[in-house]
Amino acid sequence: MPKVKIYVTLRDGILDVQGKMIHRALGSLGYENVDEVKVGKYLQLEFEDDADIDQKIKKMCEQLLTNPVIEDYTYEVE
Amino acid sequence: MKAGVVIFPGSNCETDTYDALNYLGFNTEYIWHRDSSLHKVDLVILPGGFSYGDYLRCGAVARFSEIMEEISRFADSGGLVIGICNGFQILLEAGLLPGAMLHNKSLKFICQTVNLRVENNTLPFTNQCGAGEILRIPINHYEGNYFIDDEGLKELEDNSQVVLRYVDENGEATADAAPNGALANIAGLTNKSGNVFGLMPHPERAVEEILGSVDGAKLFLSAKISKEAVS
Repeated sequence: MPKVKIYVTLRDGILDVQGKMIHRALGSLGYENVDEVKVGKYLQLEFEDDADIDQKIKKMCEQLLTNPVIEDYTYEVE
Repeated sequence: MKAGVVIFPGSNCETDTYDALNYLGFNTEYIWHRDSSLHKVDLVILPGGFSYGDYLRCGAVARFSEIMEEISRFADSGGLVIGICNGFQILLEAGLLPGAMLHNKSLKFICQTVNLRVENNTLPFTNQCGAGEILRIPINHYEGNYFIDDEGLKELEDNSQVVLRYVDENGEATADAAPNGALANIAGLTNKSGNVFGLMPHPERAVEEILGSVDGAKLFLSAKISKEAVS
């Protein structure tokens, strides 16, 4: 049973306010060597088989799992 | 004029909207999200709330409701549609309006009355407003930070699709005047043909003096007058 891990983040150039806030919080805790923090979503899907799996994942991401206006995604199949 | 208020699981402003419309003389009824007909209404309203718990993204699941297919057809044929707050988010997710919503810049849920400048008063939703008139209407949301890419913004501005902008007490669209950080202070916009209107403020909460403002009534009454002028 292939397991699919999908990572969704805001597209480059879109202000990630949660990431910024966490970056500041880390700074105030003394972690000053962090350049940037991005907050995203993690989705884990278990498929019955791997038939057309890439095509299916892409379609799901475009249709429902992400909003292409503001989000990018990457995925891994295990 | 017949208006329909669509109820999704998690909508919570449908009764306020229904009452406001009836108060303003509409013949109003509810439409269930699993209905396949719009009951021959002249105006469809998608009310505020938290459809499907705002899971995944606000409006992302509601857009696949059975009734949304009918609403798309209705909109394509020129029918009047208003999406308020979560209803606006659903219209964005459905692609009936361009752009998307991000978290408020402050990362705070904002509940306050704001000043809105009417940017286009020639629409079926604003014909009862003066050009540049300032409306006082409450907002109540966590994700109202409107975003669209540069090209999309230019198109919106070129076609006068921006209907309402957050402004300060002097009527200026300063950066601070948009409490949620919305791009170009956009609080409400229409599609290209001007028959689908989405807005973050809640006009149904500003229809009677006792509510503190009657400015929201102008948006609904505009739709009523525009429809009556046609029929």
